[in-house]
Amino acid sequence: MRYYDRLIFEMSSPGRIGHNFKKKDMPDVSLPTKLLRAKKAELPEVSEFGVVRHYTNVSQKNFGVETGFYPLGSCTMKYNPKINDELATLPGFANIHPLQPGHTVQGLLKIYHETARMLTELSGLAAYSLNPFAGAHGELAGLMIIKAYHEKNKDFKRTKIIVPDSAHGTNPASATVCGFETVEIKSNPDGTINIDALREVLADDIAGLMLTNPNTAGVFEKDICEISRLVHEAGGLLYYDGANLNALLGEAKPGDMGFNITHINLHKTFSTPHGGGGPGSGPVGVCERLVEFLPDPVIKKEGDVYVFDNADDSIGSLGTFFGNASVVIRAYVYLMTFGKEHIGKIGPYAVLNANYIQESLKDLYELPIDGHCMHEFVFDGLKDKSTGVKTLDVAKRLLDYGFHAPTVYFPLIFSQSMMIEPTEVESKETLDDFIDIMRKVAKEAIEDPETLKTAPHHTIVRRLDEAKAARQPILKFKDLQEQ
Amino acid sequence: MLKVIGAKSLDDLFVSIPKKLKVKDGYDLPEALGDDVLTKHMEDLAAQNSQLVVFRGAGSYDHYTPSIVKTLINRQEFLTSYTPYQPEVAQGTLQYIFEYQSMVCELTGMDVSNASMYDGATSVAEAMFMAYAQTGQSKILISETVHPKTIAVVKTYARYRDIEVVVMPSKDGMTDLDAVKKQCEGTMGLIVQNPNYFGVIEDYDGFADVIHDAGGLFIMSADGQALALLKTPGEYGADIAAGDLQSLGLPMSFGGAYVGYLATIKKHMRKMPGRICGITTDVDGKRAFVLTLQAREQHIRRAKANSNICSNQSLMALAVTIYMATLGKEGLVQVAEESMKGAHLLHDKLLKTGRFQQVYDQPFFKEFTLKADLDVKALEKDLLEHGMLGPLHLGDNNLLFAVTEKRTLAEIDLLVERVVAQP
Repeated sequence: MRYYDRLIFEMSSPGRIGHNFKKKDMPDVSLPTKLLRAKKAELPEVSEFGVVRHYTNVSQKNFGVETGFYPLGSCTMKYNPKINDELATLPGFANIHPLQPGHTVQGLLKIYHETARMLTELSGLAAYSLNPFAGAHGELAGLMIIKAYHEKNKDFKRTKIIVPDSAHGTNPASATVCGFETVEIKSNPDGTINIDALREVLADDIAGLMLTNPNTAGVFEKDICEISRLVHEAGGLLYYDGANLNALLGEAKPGDMGFNITHINLHKTFSTPHGGGGPGSGPVGVCERLVEFLPDPVIKKEGDVYVFDNADDSIGSLGTFFGNASVVIRAYVYLMTFGKEHIGKIGPYAVLNANYIQESLKDLYELPIDGHCMHEFVFDGLKDKSTGVKTLDVAKRLLDYGFHAPTVYFPLIFSQSMMIEPTEVESKETLDDFIDIMRKVAKEAIEDPETLKTAPHHTIVRRLDEAKAARQPILKFKDLQEQ
Repeated sequence: MLKVIGAKSLDDLFVSIPKKLKVKDGYDLPEALGDDVLTKHMEDLAAQNSQLVVFRGAGSYDHYTPSIVKTLINRQEFLTSYTPYQPEVAQGTLQYIFEYQSMVCELTGMDVSNASMYDGATSVAEAMFMAYAQTGQSKILISETVHPKTIAVVKTYARYRDIEVVVMPSKDGMTDLDAVKKQCEGTMGLIVQNPNYFGVIEDYDGFADVIHDAGGLFIMSADGQALALLKTPGEYGADIAAGDLQSLGLPMSFGGAYVGYLATIKKHMRKMPGRICGITTDVDGKRAFVLTLQAREQHIRRAKANSNICSNQSLMALAVTIYMATLGKEGLVQVAEESMKGAHLLHDKLLKTGRFQQVYDQPFFKEFTLKADLDVKALEKDLLEHGMLGPLHLGDNNLLFAVTEKRTLAEIDLLVERVVAQP
């Protein structure tokens, strides 16, 4: 990586233009001045080649899945096959207007319908909507469905959602945005639900429980059937956060565990590219009795024809059109690549890889939860903490060695969390390389702690002054000019 | 590997899953396809969607995408990385977010932009939540000239938080300021759109003062390309600008992935949802980019957060950034003017056929509404047969047309010719 910090604005030179554009012979139009902006937007003026070289240089300051091992826990950073990108952007998909008549978009409607059907089969639910744009959006949709369901039953006192303290931050945030009160319950030491704590809060004001399974510590909720029974007996619904679904492919279905609602992250389990933070896709799935609450529109098959429809008790619209169609198509291609023969191997190999790393490093790193993990696991920092080296230091040192860092300081139930998820795509050689470096870093922590505490050393920039960024916010080029 | 783990088989790793929950007979899925057959399969599916000459907009526009946009966003460093949680190895993502924020602020005339939202409609809904947090009121006004899907999404988001949404009437295709004056007291503010759903460029002069005097926030949604020419939300005194940027270089792609923008004034910066990138220095004093003001976000505030957004539309924000950099200050205006000229040419030619009447005698940009004196269903069918996606029928024979810079004079003439040919 090369240090390159020039902004596109700093390359601007008046009169340069990057596009090849020819005006047509049409009469000019003038609008009343009072409706026009006072001056043109100060966008950079750069040649096409200048733009290409700039963004190529900018890209080279990034670490991607194709750069190297990216064990970011709960994010499922697997390889994104190139064929998915190529086929999802065929002109017959890219050049289609969302408001075309149904009979002119049968191919797309079929992809939506089939993808939803495959997700129902893999998760054991009755129906899916692919409209939510991301995981958190799917959560919001799912919670709206919970609320609409209770309201339809005139059960208005169910105003609370239970969330374990090991949950992703989006869970309680989604509950709030949906107008619920969050009841946080303390987990067992391994992050699983504490049944006694659950019993204590279950009452007729509980709308539902949100659960990630396996949980964020990589542990399967072995009492899931009991949890399900208790929540349902109390009149609540069970929500499945699909962030960790990768572990279960080939092994178990959330629907069979009693979950009523799920969201699935297509950008995790079904390998659509993460895009530097999006676009993702967060399909929301429901059991039979909740099908009529799915968001608008739903796609149905009538005979051989696919049609748009709205569910009877729909929660409403969640976006202008139908979610991130280009992401859905990629996931469809991925599913068709694996098919019934191979899809069930994903979970076992993801779990094998995670256990291999866990066992190979647990003598040097603190493993707070013993036993086999699922697709990811958590170390609570280094075992030998005598030199004061923290999880952050280990993470930064990994960057020096060409590895992306794990998810750090999450889950919140351990103070030095380091959450590692290798996914099924990595070879034993890559895992061994990572293990060797992790062992080397642990050794450095004892012999040369200073090097770790000041890491990274070989990246294009080193540790950043985050406090300064917040204290004097410079959030656009103009702020920089005004300095 | 199993030996290291101390397991005899892969099944041993799954003993924590109760037996009765195990998938026993595999999945009822299609058989796996090889890449060659899969390619053919997808080409066949693609062929079942008609690629048309588009005269329809209503939130999705057939603009030209320069080839470098697609090439550059497909670089794996951009495409396959994730949220820049480790800034030392994510300076690329952080830098383009900073450039994107800078361009959005230029375009909208606002102080601060976030790193992107899902789409235009959800961005407006999140703007409502900002106003909710800022004012503590529980009623929001929205003009009936706003895109009906935006109104629908705002209503969805509002319903579950017990926020009341009041749709404000319009007069001659414009939001009625007198009606707003009467109703804005005790609300969190007003949402408007420019150009509005019917294509009309509204004059929002005076709106901000009325709403601010009543203690509310003025929220304006505007199409990205239109902002190249039109008076900005900032110039109108808006507190929040929110909308969609699909018209800046993103393919129509059946409605997604697009990107929503959300920008505000300094005063409301800390109520803004989503990620924000700022500039700082590293320990050696080098300029660097970093996510900042994170105390607002869900992963810190959890149940106290004002929004649950985590993943956004980062790669599409990059596409829009590259598009704006490519066209630049002058090119953006050229393309917007070309769309506008085409729309006005079509508008005049259609009126001359005698088969249409004006609905609103108001200025417009690239979309306009005309009332048809013909069978609109037959027209749509006829246009499809000639490879064209005609205007959107809004009901009552009102048709919403859109023209982009891609439409040639021959295409415009063919559309007019088919109108004339209608019985």
